[in-house]
Amino acid sequence: MAVAEAPVQAFTVTLIIRRFDPEVDEEPRWVDYDVQMYPTDRVLDALHQIKWEQDGSLSFRRSCAHGICGSDAMRINGRNRLACKTLIKDLDISQPIYVEAIKGLPLEKDLIVDMEPFFESYRAIQPFLIASDKPYKERIQSVAQRAIFDDTTKCILCAACTSSCPVFWTDGQYFGPAAIVNAHRFIFDSRDEGSQVRLDILNDKEGVWRCRTTFNCSEACPRGIEVTKAIAEVKQAVLRGNPGLPRLDLTVV
Amino acid sequence: MATSTAIPAPNTRQLKRRRVNWEMWGWLYMRVSGVLLVVLIFGHLLVNLFLGDGVKAIDFAFVAGKLADPFWVVYDMLLLWFALIHGANGMRTIINDYAHGRLRIVFLVALAGATIVLLTLGTLVLTTFDPCIGEPSATLAPLCAAQ
Repeated sequence: MAVAEAPVQAFTVTLIIRRFDPEVDEEPRWVDYDVQMYPTDRVLDALHQIKWEQDGSLSFRRSCAHGICGSDAMRINGRNRLACKTLIKDLDISQPIYVEAIKGLPLEKDLIVDMEPFFESYRAIQPFLIASDKPYKERIQSVAQRAIFDDTTKCILCAACTSSCPVFWTDGQYFGPAAIVNAHRFIFDSRDEGSQVRLDILNDKEGVWRCRTTFNCSEACPRGIEVTKAIAEVKQAVLRGNPGLPRLDLTVV
Repeated sequence: MATSTAIPAPNTRQLKRRRVNWEMWGWLYMRVSGVLLVVLIFGHLLVNLFLGDGVKAIDFAFVAGKLADPFWVVYDMLLLWFALIHGANGMRTIINDYAHGRLRIVFLVALAGATIVLLTLGTLVLTTFDPCIGEPSATLAPLCAAQ
């Protein structure tokens, strides 16, 4: 005889959210909300419940809600996380959960920041394939050549890394980890011919040398990219003067 | 009427290439001098505080004895220059992080001044040190009399 499973208990979770309405507030203010949550719910579900059932004025970004679009990066209990990937059961719910906008970018409303400075430095590193040959046929690349920059292809541009970087907080000119990660993705791509241009750009005063190796970015990345390692590899490439890529070897082992 | 769809060229901002990239050399210096300082500082601590009579051995005569040996003069000179510039460069980075505008310039000038004064004084002491200036202590008196 099958034993009926006990129904999963919902419990009350308190969220304290840093609210800011530029038309009313002089300064941001902390507001607390109680929500009924299941352990398998995410912080995003709690935000939805608040917005849909308690206070429709709460503003935050989210698109896919499944950790791919990179819209809902926010500071949850002092750490940069994606609200859609942070489960309630992984947080200490005996304490209130503090949620605020990511730091270092201009606050627009509640959990929404102006992402323009972030994308400006992203555009500056020329995040597109630069190749002189006409694309009449496939550009061949070996598995080993692809593996070198595999990690940095995972970036979803959520800004969790850049807005966790203390250098970025104090120095608005610094490219920030995300831009360097995306430069890494092309610098170490054997099909790309613009690595010298990008290495020159990142050899700037506000380029890779501002990185203090605090590892905040690696810790914050929701995609698990080893950001600090990627920055270190770019530093080495700048010192060497080239990315030092292996030759094409298609021998099947 | 013909309509043109002008697509602006991708961002190709040209960076002024400086002859010397100080930011890169500064970073590299911190790494290289950091490794050297690990050796130099632990050697310094070992000889001064651990070997022989340990920390109790340190007095004017101990320092005078060390500086009579050219090896230790060179050793201390390396330690002085590497450590002071390493520290000053670190302070420069912190100032660049946290101070802005005129305050930043004031701090940087003060830092540069302090570094130059300390390097000059330290180098002067190491190169012109004479244990017999003034009234020599009891341990050094026979040595100085012999000179």
